[in-house]
Amino acid sequence: MNYLLHPLILVTFFPLLGSLALLFIKPEKKNTIRWVALITSLLTFIFSLLMLAQFNANNPNIQMEIDNPWINVAGWNINFHIGVDGLSILLILLTTLLTPISILSTWTAIDKRVKDFMIFFLLLETGMIGVFIALDLFLFYVFWEFTLVPMYLLIGIWGGPRRIYAAIKFFLYTMAGSILMLLAILWLGIRQGTFSVPELIASGANIPVYIQIWLFLAFAAAFAIKVPMWPLHSWLPDAHVQAPTAGSVILAGVMLKMGTYGFLRFNIPMFPNAAIKLAPWMALFAVIGILYGAAVSYAQKDVKKLVAYSSVSHLGFVMLGLFALNPQGIQGGILQMVNHGLSTGALFLLVGMIYERRHTRDMDAFGGLWKAMPVYGALTLIVTLSSMGLPGLNGFVGEFTILLGSFGSKAIGSPWFAGFAAIGVILAAVYLLFMFQKLFLGPLDKEENKILKDLNAREIITMVPLLILIFWIGLYPKPFFALMAPAVDKLVAALQTAATIAMH
Amino acid sequence: MILSEVATHGLDLFFLVPWVVFFPVIGLLINMIFGGRMSEKAIGTLASTASGLTFVIATLLALSLRTHPEGATVFLAKWIQIGTLNLQWAFRVDTLSVTMMMVVGGVGTLIHIYAIGYMHEDVRNKNDIGRYRRFFVFFNLFIAAMMILVSSDNYLMLFVGWEGVGLCSYLLIGFWYDKDLLGRDSIENAVAGKKAFIANRIGDFGFLIASFLMFWTFKSVEFGKVFEMAGQIASENPGMILAITLFMLLGVTGKSAQIPLFVWLPDAMAGPTPVSALIHAATMVTAGVYLVARSAPLYMQAPMAQTAVTLVGAITALFAATIAVGQYDIKKVLAYSTISQLGFMVAAVGMGAFVAGMFHLVMHAFFKALLFLSAGSVILGIERGHHHLPHAEHDEDDEEEIFDPGDMRNMGGLRKRMPITFWVYLIGAIALAGIPPFAGFFSKDEILAEATGLNKTAYILLVIAAFFTAFYIARQIWMVFFGKARHEATAHAEESPPVITVPLIILAFLAMVGGLLNFPGVHTFTKWLEHTYNVFHVHIHAGEFNPTVAITSTVLALIAVYLAWLLYGRNPLKKEEPDPLRKILGPVFVGMNHKWWVDELYWAIILNPYIALSRFFAETVDWTFWHDWFHEKVIAGSYQWLSHVLLSQIIDLGFIDAIANGLGSITKKSASVLRKIQTGYVRNYALSIFLGVVLIIGYLIIK
Repeated sequence: MNYLLHPLILVTFFPLLGSLALLFIKPEKKNTIRWVALITSLLTFIFSLLMLAQFNANNPNIQMEIDNPWINVAGWNINFHIGVDGLSILLILLTTLLTPISILSTWTAIDKRVKDFMIFFLLLETGMIGVFIALDLFLFYVFWEFTLVPMYLLIGIWGGPRRIYAAIKFFLYTMAGSILMLLAILWLGIRQGTFSVPELIASGANIPVYIQIWLFLAFAAAFAIKVPMWPLHSWLPDAHVQAPTAGSVILAGVMLKMGTYGFLRFNIPMFPNAAIKLAPWMALFAVIGILYGAAVSYAQKDVKKLVAYSSVSHLGFVMLGLFALNPQGIQGGILQMVNHGLSTGALFLLVGMIYERRHTRDMDAFGGLWKAMPVYGALTLIVTLSSMGLPGLNGFVGEFTILLGSFGSKAIGSPWFAGFAAIGVILAAVYLLFMFQKLFLGPLDKEENKILKDLNAREIITMVPLLILIFWIGLYPKPFFALMAPAVDKLVAALQTAATIAMH
Repeated sequence: MILSEVATHGLDLFFLVPWVVFFPVIGLLINMIFGGRMSEKAIGTLASTASGLTFVIATLLALSLRTHPEGATVFLAKWIQIGTLNLQWAFRVDTLSVTMMMVVGGVGTLIHIYAIGYMHEDVRNKNDIGRYRRFFVFFNLFIAAMMILVSSDNYLMLFVGWEGVGLCSYLLIGFWYDKDLLGRDSIENAVAGKKAFIANRIGDFGFLIASFLMFWTFKSVEFGKVFEMAGQIASENPGMILAITLFMLLGVTGKSAQIPLFVWLPDAMAGPTPVSALIHAATMVTAGVYLVARSAPLYMQAPMAQTAVTLVGAITALFAATIAVGQYDIKKVLAYSTISQLGFMVAAVGMGAFVAGMFHLVMHAFFKALLFLSAGSVILGIERGHHHLPHAEHDEDDEEEIFDPGDMRNMGGLRKRMPITFWVYLIGAIALAGIPPFAGFFSKDEILAEATGLNKTAYILLVIAAFFTAFYIARQIWMVFFGKARHEATAHAEESPPVITVPLIILAFLAMVGGLLNFPGVHTFTKWLEHTYNVFHVHIHAGEFNPTVAITSTVLALIAVYLAWLLYGRNPLKKEEPDPLRKILGPVFVGMNHKWWVDELYWAIILNPYIALSRFFAETVDWTFWHDWFHEKVIAGSYQWLSHVLLSQIIDLGFIDAIANGLGSITKKSASVLRKIQTGYVRNYALSIFLGVVLIIGYLIIK
């Protein structure tokens, strides 16, 4: 079999190839660099669609699997083991979609060291996709840590005034959590004699529950910081506010999902009894995050910070759904990962557009923008409504299924969690409508705002795919659910088996 | 061929039902895409046609129901399917839903036509032509969302329309988002829109919880399945039905502006008048009534919930009616009147008088749309008068000269300046006051007659509310149309053009004769709705005509009108003169005028605390404590101290630096930037973490 043309290899490493190609272009040729990067990411997107075409949605198992020995020293069996299934495919597609959109959004915003920027950006894409396809814990850890470096540099070099501080904090904070995960990975590798995720899943339920809980918590340390779950979110506002627009889009759109995906791919199936046992606690922290994030968002003056904190709230919904441990909750959770990537990604793009024009994100500096920029206003309205879960748009489908699932979840054990989480739906309307009002409504009374130009064609193009998906998922989410349903059913069945075995 | 088929099988056009949604969507898309190059007339006509076609469809459905009264479910597409959750885009055609479709399509179309003229003048006044199109796009979107709401076959699709109409309400209340009611630069209208949306979201929270409970109890949210099982579940788990219906009630109070969530509706008058008429009087706000009427099989199983709904409605009816007495703004009176009338309907459907409630819903759609649109005509007429004033042109920017064309204290004597508007307004007022033989009399009386048998408390509350109703509307008639003009602009007011008055005349006709729809003894409407209720074995009885009730309420209404004449008719209000009721009632009038300070109460106990709480979380908890103190001081600070003591003093720094410097060209490049701001801390951090890991791994392996 020719591995070079294997769809997963292509999708994962084509961006790396592109970044290598960029090395040979002179830094002054900025436009050439931009085009090469854009075309690379677009081709990667096309490859990901080819991967989708080969994907059998009815098959609950890992597909397009590659499992080759990689590092075999002193009895350690580390394999180059990759594959895709219903839990990861949408996230891979989300990554390959958001990358070209982000690159297009930097066309005029990034003018300094374009070459370095694009190289790091494409490297980041390889790292992120690697995270979603890795099925060997060691390989996963390599990709996981690898993504930190380009993002660290994107924030640290192209960020705002306090970029160095934010970049270091981002790096250290996430690294600190990863250390514990690394220990757990090593423990598993030594004790179970394998790093292969499917094998570990198969034997996971046999680990005594109290050890499962320790391992669960060690993995959770890495993932909860990444999500971020309350109260481990302190790195997020700094990183988001300082990151360049494209960095924020990827950070919110994809990198936060690496955390929720981690829970879904590793914590829940590998330590099923721990997951069942800890589900109420995870739900509790998720609900606190939903309400706390919403309340804190509302008090922000910087629009980017408002959107950043809203992620704490939104990702709380995802976590609540995943730990409902029933089909509705988990499928809703996965869909909501995609939805958050689309809606919040779009919001960061929109914030970036106004920042590029006015060089401020202070909401008091705006007001009445709808009049000056009607297209911008209309697009922001749609995205805002999607983010606050208006029925008919994508956010509702995710939130509703999550709340419905967690409301009746046996693992969570009480409808109160979902009940309180539903208050978050009210609070989301409060802070998002407040944001929209601050920016777009009221009189257009500031001279600087009166001369603002509406969106140009390039900016509209970056938004169109996101808008299409916002409506598509809202009105007809069936194909999206169909991709994940068999894999989720399999996961839920495995959880049930684990629970019954544990009882005997 | 076709005709003979119709003759044998009857008309069966149920499959057309999705078009009640598609037509307005098509209309708004065309206007959105091509409207920029179209004239105002073309935009308005297109939107009105789209709305008119929904009425045509609704009529065809109604005709089909005559031969197939059992109705049909029309499946369109699957929506969300996970495990046992199976949601569909499916339409329900039965007499109840088609009644709503006809009201929405019919009244909606008349108001669309009216809006062609109204928005032309409104837009001209405010100099923003581009918004003319936006108005009709939103208006069509509203029709689409409302049609989804009333035609749905399950609670979730209903919820799509439910929130959709809320969105349109938000967009249209804040339509002049950069102005206030008087056209000054302000954010007031936008704030009113937001208030409406958030109050509705609180109600929607109740709806959501109700649907979760429903799904996990019934394993479905489809009307058919839920209603079929209602009886069985009620005997197994009566508390569950009670919980579902009570949470649903919260949704009703949000959408239909009942206590405690009614506060958004008066502010909603910030929207252009056609919006007030269509959304905030005739259709959207009645969605809560429809929801209860639709959920009759559930409510019938939960008598406690029924009582709760009835009392919420009856108390709201009276409470809002008292506030309406103390208002000066022509539209605010009507707004509180709407809340009050919705209270009548909610009370009716709450006590199980579903037909009476729905009947009043339809009649109210006629006469309240009429009243609002006539009020709009009055406001436009006065504004026209204002434009003709010689000084108006010069003093436009002068804040002192700001003139409120909606303030009844500026009106008076309009009967002669605007005769058509006067007559239609009067018809609407009589219908509202419940004086026979106009529409409101029959429908309200049916509610009262049912109440005597079903809920005595509600009956008393509603009768008093009816008394106030007649009083405030009579007060308004006298203040607006009789006496002498209290402002120059009013004295120069002009009658509105036909595009505005023709829809008014049609609605006036309906408000006059609408009562025939369920004339006592004939009960066309009861028999019509029975088909729907029979399916789920909900027994509805024809509201018996009760002469005692009818005479009592008519006499009370006439007394109220007489009292209003004594106060406002005999001696018409003079310029700058205080309201005569104020002298009589004193502080009570102040309370009515200030809406019993409910807004202030909510600010004090909910909004301000939430704002303070969110600031406290954001600034103190999240930033000062968690971000700055804990992370910076405690974690980073102690780590810096440790790394300083341990790494720089004990371990040879030169060794670490040597590794760090050799880490490759990428690091070097970025280091040139990093070096300026930081002094290499990150290397220390990263490497010390790395060393720590190596030590631990080493320990594990050796062990």
